[in-house]
Amino acid sequence: MSAPLADVQPEERLAAALARLILDPAAPPARHIAVGAASPIPAAACWLVSKLDRPVRLSLLHKRSGNPFTEGTRELFDLTGQGRIDLFFLGGGQIDGQANINLIGTGEWPGQGVRFPGSFGSAFMYFMTPRTILFREEHSPRVLVPRVDHVSAPGVSPPEVFRRGTAQALVTGRCVFRFDPARARFTLESTHPGENLATIRAETGFDFDAPAEVPVTPDPSPEELALLRGAVCDEMVETYPEFCARVWGRAAAA
Amino acid sequence: MTQMSLEALAAAVPDGALLALPPDNSLPSVALAKALVRRGAKGLRLLGVPVSGFATDLLIGSGCVEEVQTSAVSLGEAGFAPRFSAAVKAGAITLRDATCPAIHTMLQAAEKGVPFMPLRGVIGSDILAHRPDWRVVQNPLSERPDPILILPALHPDVAAIHAVMADAQGNVWVGRRRECATLAHASRKLLVTVERVVRGNFLEDERLAPGTISATYVEAYAVAERGAHPVALLDEYGFDAAYVAAYARAARTEEGFRAWVEEHVFGRAAQVAAE
Repeated sequence: MSAPLADVQPEERLAAALARLILDPAAPPARHIAVGAASPIPAAACWLVSKLDRPVRLSLLHKRSGNPFTEGTRELFDLTGQGRIDLFFLGGGQIDGQANINLIGTGEWPGQGVRFPGSFGSAFMYFMTPRTILFREEHSPRVLVPRVDHVSAPGVSPPEVFRRGTAQALVTGRCVFRFDPARARFTLESTHPGENLATIRAETGFDFDAPAEVPVTPDPSPEELALLRGAVCDEMVETYPEFCARVWGRAAAA
Repeated sequence: MTQMSLEALAAAVPDGALLALPPDNSLPSVALAKALVRRGAKGLRLLGVPVSGFATDLLIGSGCVEEVQTSAVSLGEAGFAPRFSAAVKAGAITLRDATCPAIHTMLQAAEKGVPFMPLRGVIGSDILAHRPDWRVVQNPLSERPDPILILPALHPDVAAIHAVMADAQGNVWVGRRRECATLAHASRKLLVTVERVVRGNFLEDERLAPGTISATYVEAYAVAERGAHPVALLDEYGFDAAYVAAYARAARTEEGFRAWVEEHVFGRAAQVAAE
């Protein structure tokens, strides 16, 4: 069994911050959220929303038992095309100040510097979901760049291009940024403990706006922490065994 | 729908073929990929449907591949695909980047027998700038400006999957992984490895029929027990994370990769898989 966890862990704070963004009443409703394989913290945030008894359907792409799809990822993209997925999470090897994301690589096409895995479904999902939360734990000038080397999916589009939504926010290991699509620009919303406007500026390659006083990202509430460590972990352990073992000391059932 | 040996199945994939492979969560035949390495296949053009994983990295590292068209190549939790990354850096393969729903759509056009199909999104992505075969046109049914991407039908020469079982008629059962049917419909021939061959006819069983790919589409199949390993196969067996992590470590270098292939493709481990 794991030792008692006294302090809030960074992953728990990030999951709670993502959950607040999901529940933001000003954003389009998140009735149905799809989550990919490489996204344990976004998945934890979605399960937290669900365990807080908010009505949300979660479709986990890589869930082995009881997977919701009977036609694989093709069905996911068709669902999204139909407008039945309300929220998706995307990351990027590079993300720039206009919310363009790069999953291709750096240097000459197709990534003669560092090759990233590839764009996956980003060039479609970013357009076709009413909102996207960008999430990348690493917050450094090599990730958050003035201009991405290659655009896997653009942050904004000309008015004649069909698009249901774009980035709501960018959450990193250091802070939360909000995105304003009309201005194609991020505003710093809160910094995680230990960070401030100066440290964020130093670690961010793109320019952004900031209020006079930048709040600290709130800790999860005791109720949220209890859910994350209990019911949320229970749901996640099959799909994300390494994450649950690392963060919560929970071993998967054999 | 002929039953043959695994090595004969590998011989049915011609050098230079456009070979479609499902990703690591959708029934790839790792057994057939290993048999292609043993056969010394050359010039394969791989299509990731819609992304690529373990089998693709193995084939690239073994020098079997000339071109990869895919939406991503990854070993999942084990990280970047090392032989793919090295080959891109060295310029040893041609890489045609795509995005997942575009690959599905090109295959859906092929299964319908139409020359192209539209897809939303993608406009403004640099993927499009590197795909002269993809076009943006005005939606012909709209009065307003409405640019939309059209994608050509894509017919793989060969598709390879690993199914749970084949029946006496040569039908194969893929369970909930029914996206493999689109791959079968769009491809000129489907080669299948299976865990076992059983009596009867899946299409006479209402519970099995929806997860069945009819023998109409199956060119040939071979028994390869644990033929998806290290990838999971439905509820038959799980993903072998330790095996993939060990591969990822070994394949960081050319020498490490060669030693791994010697043991796991040509050595005793491969003998067991081929029985």
